[in-house]
Amino acid sequence: MKLAYWMYSGPAHIGTLRVASSFKNVHAIMHAPLGDDYFNVMRSMLERERDYTPVTTSVVDRNVLARGSQEKVVDNITRMDAAEKPDLIILTPTCTSSILQEDLNNFVERASFDAQCDVLLADVNHYRVTELQAADRTLHQVVKFYIDKARKHGDIVTEKSAKPSVNIIGISTLGFHNNHDCTELKRLMADLGIEVNMVLPDQASVEDLKTLPRAWFNLLPYRELGCMTAEYLKAEFDMPYVDITPMGVVETARCIRAIQQVLNQGGSDANYDEFIDEQTRFVSQAAWFSRSIDCQNLTGKKAVVYGDATHAAAITKILAREMGIQVVWSGTFCKHDEDWFREQVSEYCDEVLISEDHGEVGDRIAKTEPAVIFGTQMERHVGKRLNIPCGVISAPIHVQNFPVGYRPMVGYEGTNQLVDLIYNSFTLGMEDHLMEIFGGHDTKEAITQTISADADLAWSKDGSAELAKIPGFVRNKVKRNTEKFARDQHIQKITAETLYAAKEALSG
Amino acid sequence: MTLADTTPQPLEFDCETGNYHTFCPISCVAWLYQKIEDSFFLVIGTKTCGYFLQNAMGVMIFAEPRYAMAELEEADISAQLNDYEELKRLCEQIKRDRNPSVIVWIGTCTTEIIKTDLEGLAPKLEADIGIPIVVARANGLDYAFTQGEDTVLAAMAQRCPTSADIAAKTPVVEKAADQNAVKKLFSFGGKKEAEPTETAVEETVYADHEPLVLFGSLPGAVTTQLSLELKKQGVKVTGWMPEQHYSDLPVIDPGNFVAGVNPFLSKTATSLMRRRKANLINAPFPIGPDGTRAWVEHICDALGVETHGLEEREQKIWDSVEDYVSLIRGKSVFFMGDNLLEISLARFLIRCGMHVPEIGIPYMDKRYQKAELAMLERTCREMNSPLPKIIEKPDNYNQLQRIHAIKPDLVITGMAHANPLEARGITTKWSVEFTFANIHGFSNVRDLLELVTRPMRRNEALDSLGWESLVKG
Repeated sequence: MKLAYWMYSGPAHIGTLRVASSFKNVHAIMHAPLGDDYFNVMRSMLERERDYTPVTTSVVDRNVLARGSQEKVVDNITRMDAAEKPDLIILTPTCTSSILQEDLNNFVERASFDAQCDVLLADVNHYRVTELQAADRTLHQVVKFYIDKARKHGDIVTEKSAKPSVNIIGISTLGFHNNHDCTELKRLMADLGIEVNMVLPDQASVEDLKTLPRAWFNLLPYRELGCMTAEYLKAEFDMPYVDITPMGVVETARCIRAIQQVLNQGGSDANYDEFIDEQTRFVSQAAWFSRSIDCQNLTGKKAVVYGDATHAAAITKILAREMGIQVVWSGTFCKHDEDWFREQVSEYCDEVLISEDHGEVGDRIAKTEPAVIFGTQMERHVGKRLNIPCGVISAPIHVQNFPVGYRPMVGYEGTNQLVDLIYNSFTLGMEDHLMEIFGGHDTKEAITQTISADADLAWSKDGSAELAKIPGFVRNKVKRNTEKFARDQHIQKITAETLYAAKEALSG
Repeated sequence: MTLADTTPQPLEFDCETGNYHTFCPISCVAWLYQKIEDSFFLVIGTKTCGYFLQNAMGVMIFAEPRYAMAELEEADISAQLNDYEELKRLCEQIKRDRNPSVIVWIGTCTTEIIKTDLEGLAPKLEADIGIPIVVARANGLDYAFTQGEDTVLAAMAQRCPTSADIAAKTPVVEKAADQNAVKKLFSFGGKKEAEPTETAVEETVYADHEPLVLFGSLPGAVTTQLSLELKKQGVKVTGWMPEQHYSDLPVIDPGNFVAGVNPFLSKTATSLMRRRKANLINAPFPIGPDGTRAWVEHICDALGVETHGLEEREQKIWDSVEDYVSLIRGKSVFFMGDNLLEISLARFLIRCGMHVPEIGIPYMDKRYQKAELAMLERTCREMNSPLPKIIEKPDNYNQLQRIHAIKPDLVITGMAHANPLEARGITTKWSVEFTFANIHGFSNVRDLLELVTRPMRRNEALDSLGWESLVKG
C-alpha cells in the first residue's frame, strides 16, 4: 500500500479509452462498477465535446460478484452493436474487473459471433502499466488487428503513394493541445509538399487502417503515444519513422532534416534548407526573440521543468539552448521512459529528476527557489503557494488548458506560442517582485472603508459566529446588508436569525 | 412492500438496466472531510479511485485535503503483503502528520472483491494507535454517489454517545478539565446553559418535548438556518449528525427522535432506528418552501408541538421568488437521475408549476421516502399535473431516446450528457450542482431557483441568435 494524494498519470483504462474514443465510430465498453465512467465527464467537460462520448459500462454489481457476468457483457456488446452500428467495440477491463479474473476473452469471442462489428479485448494489465503505456499498447493492438484482417482479406494497400506522404501517429483525445498540434503539423507537411496519408488515432476510421503502409514514412510527434505502432509498421513493412518532436526552433529544424533524409532515401530529392532558414529567421519570431533585449534579460535566470517526457524534454532544450536560461533541474513522471529522458536532457540541465511523487517535486521546487516553473497543474499550484510564476506545459491539465484559440506547441507557430508562454511567465514574476520592492498598490485601505464602520448596532455572539461562516469575499457585503436591514427593522442586536431574515428579505 | 398491496400507489414505478452515469460514492469524502473538521478520510482502493477523486474535486485537491488514498498494489491484491501491517503503517503516518480525532476508512470495490476485513481490522488498529477508526463501505458495486454519505453516517451513528456514556465519563473529566470544558459538558444535556442571561430567554422559547437529533451533512450556515426554523416553533435541536467536530457527535438515547434532512440517508435512518432505538420522524425533506414547511410540520406533529405562522411564512417565500417561478411555470423537466435528490426536487418543481414526465433515480427507498412520495402525489393532484413515472436504476441510452422524442424544456443530468444535449438544442442543468449548493430551508429557495432557472435565463439572453442546434446531420 502507498499513501497517495495525487497522481500524474491515470489508470490504464483511461489510456485505452483515450485511444478508443479518438477513432471514428469505435465504441468502448468498460467492464466496471458504477461510477467508473468518469472518463465521459472529463471528455465532455475538458474538451467541451458536442457528441456523446462513445464509452459505456457493463456494470459490475453485487450480482456479477456473486455469479459472474454471464450473459451481461455479451448482451451489452450485441446491444451496442445493434443500436450504434460501430465498426469496432473495444471491451475495456478496469482494475476491478481484472481482479475478478473473468474470462473476458471468452465474452469477446462469443460476442463476435453475434455482432456485425469487430470486437477486441484491450490487452492491458492494470497493475503494471500507466495510462500512457496503455494508450500506446491499445493503439498498437488496434492497428495490428486491422492490418492482419486486411492481409487475410487480401485488400491491404502496400503500394506507396506517388507523392511523398506521411502518417501522423499519436494525436489523441484529452492530449495536451493535441488538436492544435495536429493542425500545425498538417500545415507543416503541406508546406513541405508532403501529403498526409492518415492521422492516428484522432478521427481515423479503422476501415482505413489497411492503407497505412501507403505512406512513405511515419511521424511521431510525441514520445508517449505511437512508438509501439511505429516499430510494428517498421518491422512489418519496413516503414521508416521520424520520432523527433518538432517543438522549439532547433528541434523543428532537426525534425524536418530527418524527414528530408527519409524522403530522399525513398527516392525523392527534397531539400528543405531554404525553407528552414526562411521560417526560422522570419516566420517564427523565436530566433529573433533569442537575440532581443527581452531575452537578454532572462540570461542565467533559474528555471525548473517537470512534465511528461516529450514536453519536459523539449521545454528544457528550448530554455537552455534557445534562451540561455539556467534549468536547475528537469524532471518527468514517465518512469518507464527514464533512460530516454536522461539522454535527452542531461546536457541541458544541472540535474535530472525522475519521480511520480508530487510531494517530492514540490519540495524540490521549494528548495531550488527558481524564478519560474514549467510544469503541470500541480506545479502551478505549488508555484501559487510559493509565489513563483508557472507556465503549464504538460498534462495533467484543467479545462483552461484546452483553449479554443489556436495554441499549437509544435512547428513554427508553436515556437511563437512558447515564446509568449515563457516570456509572460517571467515578466509577471518580475512585475510582482518590483511591486513588492516599491510597496505594492496603495489603495487597499480606502476600498475597505464602509458606511458601517461606525455603526450603532451590536452583533450578538451567534450573529458574529454566523457571519464568520460566510465566505470572505462576500462577508462585508452581507454584513452591510444585514445592518441596513436591522436598522430598517429597528433591531438593536443582530443575531443569526436577523442575518438570515435579512437574506430572505433582500432576496425578494 | 406489504403496504403497497393494501393501499395501491397510483405513482408508477419502473426499473431499468442500471446502465447510467453517476459519481462513485467515494466522492462523499469531498464534502465530509470539510464538514467534519477533525477527521481524516482514507480511501482504500486503486489508482482508478484516486484518479476519480483528484479530477472530480477539481481545485479542492490542492488545498492539502484531509483525505488520501491507500493505493493498493499488486502485492496487496495477491496477499503477499499483510493488510493489517500495511494499514497500520499508513495510519501511523497519518497520525504523525495530521493527528486527526477520527480516521474514516472508505472501503472500495477492490476491498470488497478481495474481501479485506476492514470491520475486523479496525477495532484492533484503533486500540493499537489510539484513534477511533470508522469503517464505511462506500463502493460502486453497491451504491451511487450521495449514498456514500449514507454509509459513512450509518457507521458514525454507532459512535454517538448515550447520556449514560457521558455521565460515566463526567467525574473523571471534571477533575482534569478546565472551566470551559466543564461548562461544555453541562450544556450537553441541554438543561443548564453557561450564560445565565441568555438562558432565561432560551428556556421560555422552547416547548417541552423529547430530544430531537437531525441527521445529514449540511454546511454550517444551513444547519443554523434549519435549527432556527424549528426554534421559531419552539422545537429544540439537541444535536446534528455529523457536527463540525467528530468529538461533538450528539447524544442519542433510546426513545429520542431523529429526522433526516436528505432523501439519500436510508441506511443511516435504519441504523438509528434498529441499533440506537431512536424514533424516526418520516417527513418530506426541507427542499423548497413547500418541503420545508411540511418538514417542520411533521417534526412538530411528532413531538406534540403546535405550529404557528408557517403558512404565511411559506407564502412570503413564494411571493419573493415569483420572478423566478414565472420563468419555469408550465415548462417540462426530465430527471435522468444520479443523486437521489430527484423526488424532492421534482415535487418542488411541480409545485412551481412545472411538468415532470420522468424521474430517474438510482435507488428508491419507498419506506424512508414515504412521506416525500405521498407529498409528490398530493402536489401533482393539487397542481393538476400528470403523475411522473419514476424510473429506478435508469438506462441512460434509453433515456436519451425518450428525451429526444419528447423534447423536454429542461433536462437535469450529469456532466457526461450535458454538453452533448445542449449541442442538440436541449437545455440542461448539471445535477451535481444540487448536491453542492445550499438548497435546504426557506432561506435558500432563491438559491435553488437560481440554479434551476439559470439555463432558462441564459436561453432568454441568447434567444434571438438562432443557433440552438450545433451538431451536423
